[in-house]
Amino acid sequence: MTPPLRDPHQERWNFRFRLGVTWWLVMVLFLALITRLAWLQIVAQRHYHTLAEANRIAIVPLVPQRGLILDRHGVVLAENRYEFDLEIDPHLCPDVSATLEALTQLVTITPSDRKLFQKMRDESHGLAPVAIRTHLTEEEVARFSVNRYRFPGVDIEARLTRTYPLGLHASHLIGYISRINEDDQDRLEDEDLSDQYRGTNHIGKQGIESHYESLLHGTTGSEQVETDAAGHGLRSLAQTAPISGDDLYLTIDAKLQQVAEEAFGLQRGALVALDPETGEILAFVSQPGFDPNLFVDGIDQEHWNDLNTSPDHPLNDRALRGQYPPGSTVKPFMALAALQLKVRSADEVLYDPGYFSFPGSSHHYRDWREGGHGKVDMALSIIQSCDTYYYSLANQMGIDRMHDFFTLFGFGQKSGIDLDGEAAGLYPSTAWKQKKYHQDWYAGDTVISGIGQGYVLATPLQLAVATATLANQGKRMTPHLVRAIRHAASGRITRIAPKVGQALTFRPEDLETVRNAMIGVMKPGGTAAQAGAGAPYSIAGKTGTAQVVGIRQGEKYNAGALTERNRDHALFIAYAPADHPRLALAVLVENGGHGGSTAAPIARQVFDYYLLGKRSPPLTHD
Amino acid sequence: MIKRAYVRWIAPMDRTLLHTTLFLVLFSLIVLYSASGEEVSKVLSQVRNLGLAFLVMGLVARTNPQILERLAFPLYGLALLALIAVALTGEVSHGARRWLHLGPLHVQPSELMKLALPMALAAFFEWRSRTLNWRDFVVATLMILVPVGLVLRQPDLGTALLIASSGFYILYFAGLPWKVMGLLSALALAALPLLWPLLHGYQKKRILIFLDPTQDPLGAGYHTLQAMIAIGSGGVLGKGWLQGTQSHLDFLPEHTTDFIFAVFGEEFGLVGELAFLGAMLVLITRGFYIANEGSTPFSRLMAGALSMTLFTYTFVNMGMVSGILPVVGVPLPFLSYGGTSLVTLFSSVGFLMSVHHHRKLVKQ
Repeated sequence: MTPPLRDPHQERWNFRFRLGVTWWLVMVLFLALITRLAWLQIVAQRHYHTLAEANRIAIVPLVPQRGLILDRHGVVLAENRYEFDLEIDPHLCPDVSATLEALTQLVTITPSDRKLFQKMRDESHGLAPVAIRTHLTEEEVARFSVNRYRFPGVDIEARLTRTYPLGLHASHLIGYISRINEDDQDRLEDEDLSDQYRGTNHIGKQGIESHYESLLHGTTGSEQVETDAAGHGLRSLAQTAPISGDDLYLTIDAKLQQVAEEAFGLQRGALVALDPETGEILAFVSQPGFDPNLFVDGIDQEHWNDLNTSPDHPLNDRALRGQYPPGSTVKPFMALAALQLKVRSADEVLYDPGYFSFPGSSHHYRDWREGGHGKVDMALSIIQSCDTYYYSLANQMGIDRMHDFFTLFGFGQKSGIDLDGEAAGLYPSTAWKQKKYHQDWYAGDTVISGIGQGYVLATPLQLAVATATLANQGKRMTPHLVRAIRHAASGRITRIAPKVGQALTFRPEDLETVRNAMIGVMKPGGTAAQAGAGAPYSIAGKTGTAQVVGIRQGEKYNAGALTERNRDHALFIAYAPADHPRLALAVLVENGGHGGSTAAPIARQVFDYYLLGKRSPPLTHD
Repeated sequence: MIKRAYVRWIAPMDRTLLHTTLFLVLFSLIVLYSASGEEVSKVLSQVRNLGLAFLVMGLVARTNPQILERLAFPLYGLALLALIAVALTGEVSHGARRWLHLGPLHVQPSELMKLALPMALAAFFEWRSRTLNWRDFVVATLMILVPVGLVLRQPDLGTALLIASSGFYILYFAGLPWKVMGLLSALALAALPLLWPLLHGYQKKRILIFLDPTQDPLGAGYHTLQAMIAIGSGGVLGKGWLQGTQSHLDFLPEHTTDFIFAVFGEEFGLVGELAFLGAMLVLITRGFYIANEGSTPFSRLMAGALSMTLFTYTFVNMGMVSGILPVVGVPLPFLSYGGTSLVTLFSSVGFLMSVHHHRKLVKQ
């Protein structure tokens, strides 16, 4: 049924009628608005005028104290300390440049201090006091205080400043706070938090300081202050006290962290050590570090250039964001995969002529040992790190089964650690290559993946987590850095419970096989025999070497001929004691050469301190 | 040469709209200079925005509404796709997904939808005008609900309501039965308590604070309170240009954008506000007049809806600043600083001009 056609004239009339009705509605609403405005500006004008002119009520934010960051035994990693600044109020100072000259006699004022002072002075239009020097030493404070009468308009201002007592130590993990910039401001507005940050000048930018910003910051209080026309406070009318930020107890052991960092010496690299049963991270090292104290009040150009242009990239968090080929450290996992998937048994013996090649191909996938290892079974393949064994194993297994197995151990995915900006690493598959490069997967790609080269990339954190999973019988715990939170308002301490990332089941005898081989790595004849020598506890380890530059067919790797930055990265993964693991770790030394000679000794020092050195009593609840 | 340029660019512009707009623009720059704390660079930047906005206005004014009508559906489809893209992939900018990143461009598709939705609806009703029945209203309602739902999910309640209102105006002018509207408003009132749990925390907070501004003196209540103090203390004649204390002592938030009316009210008083409202009323009335003489259903509906949208922005913003409506992020037409909203606004005025200029050129 078709409805009757509309009459256009009737429609026009209806439309006109509705326009008229609406116009009157607009008039009525505008009148309502005008009534409201007239009420504000005529009837209540005196009331608001009083509020605005004679006695204004200013709402002054009361800034909360930022929560502390402590290690698992209570060692302070980040705190708030009083700092002293020297400020000049241009209003009260008769001759600023003469005052500056006279001040140089008492305190050090560098040209960059002067420049900054000039800039801040221009920005504040001479309305507010401006700092000429920050971070006065105690001696300078004393010297100025004695001479203060000579300097009208100059005064010392004390303020709470974030301080990182350990300086260079654990800098990547603690992170830092810095001035709130426009981006932060936008974000706070979007999250409807800008009221919470009224009066707050700093915000967490990196590491724990950034990830736990919402806990550390606290709740801003407010005070209603009656002020005169010039904005000076007369009396307080009402007050809501601020609530300090929560204190964070980290899982980190600051002493162990220090031991680990010092073990690196001048070498660049990363180390992550964790408790395999809980996923609590005990040491989280990225070397070289930087001094987070530099960032708190805005880093100066000179230091910034140093940090930014240094070839050592100290600002780069290698443990969290550095992605490296894991090299031979993947072999224990490959061996376990072979057993689990029943691709190859532990006592199957292969002959290694020093290379692997596909039938009918002249291309040689070389073993690191020229001439080969001869007859090799699974244990020996790990102990001596035989490449040929794994070339052929990978070829048998196929990349997709390898991909699925390694994914279970956390390869190619973020670990879920409580830090921002974690790199995901990469474990390739045929589907991945098709999607990324629109190319087919080649058998050769599989072969080199078998020794952790090619597309495979892992962060030191991922390697440590995978090692801990191995140590923990296949139960992967989510790594975390905060162990307990102390709530400022109640003083109550909340423990952070360990979280299971994924629980895998393996046959105990398969795990045993791999573990025994890894113990063999540390014994005479193994690749890390030197680092394992004389340890009163047993270590299960695996060395690795990651190629930085490719070596052509027929050429030899010659460390001496390569520049330092092109030398191989040294890797080492281990857990100890092997029968009841308490610590699992991964070590990376950039351009360190062999894992056994540079990375493994660092791990040994960490184990020695943790397992043999004195331990402080565990965290007590108060 | 000059004559040709005049015929092409200036002649299509309706004199009443052009002069009122020019008056408001001049006014806005004077207010902005004061509100920005006498910052010349901000005023210059707004002059640049205005240049672009005028260009767009001129372009729309000389374009036949029939061409704009043909653009309506593609534009609507584009905006809808963009909104879906935002929901799926858009960058989460700190809790809200509003922006779409296309290479160097950062687009907020909800802004495009503000014009695309009424255009598409008007074109739809033009197409159905002869055989209009209740089914068409159901389809049209769906055309409104889908983008509004998407914007609500971002979440952006303010923009969602504005888009919904611009769609509703078309429905209304297209002849949505009074009975249905009565029923709908009754339903809406009844549904209010049911909607409450669906609101986001900050949205609830804003409504509660609106009901009692002293509840949160540091937050949104503070904004309204300070705005009321600024306006109230201005009195009938105002404190004079650059003489406002509330804005200059930084008591007012967002004093160049959403809350600029408070600065204006403090310095120019009730008299200045009446002048501004008078100019807005001239624009809206002229818009209604143009709507009435529009030659096609599309141009009539669009002219009516755009005029009402102009009114809605003005009313909601002034209502919020003077404390009779809750705080929603709506710019005040002409006065608020910002490029995007200015371009949208001037395209609307350009549209009205186009309808007026082409009222007889289109054959029925």
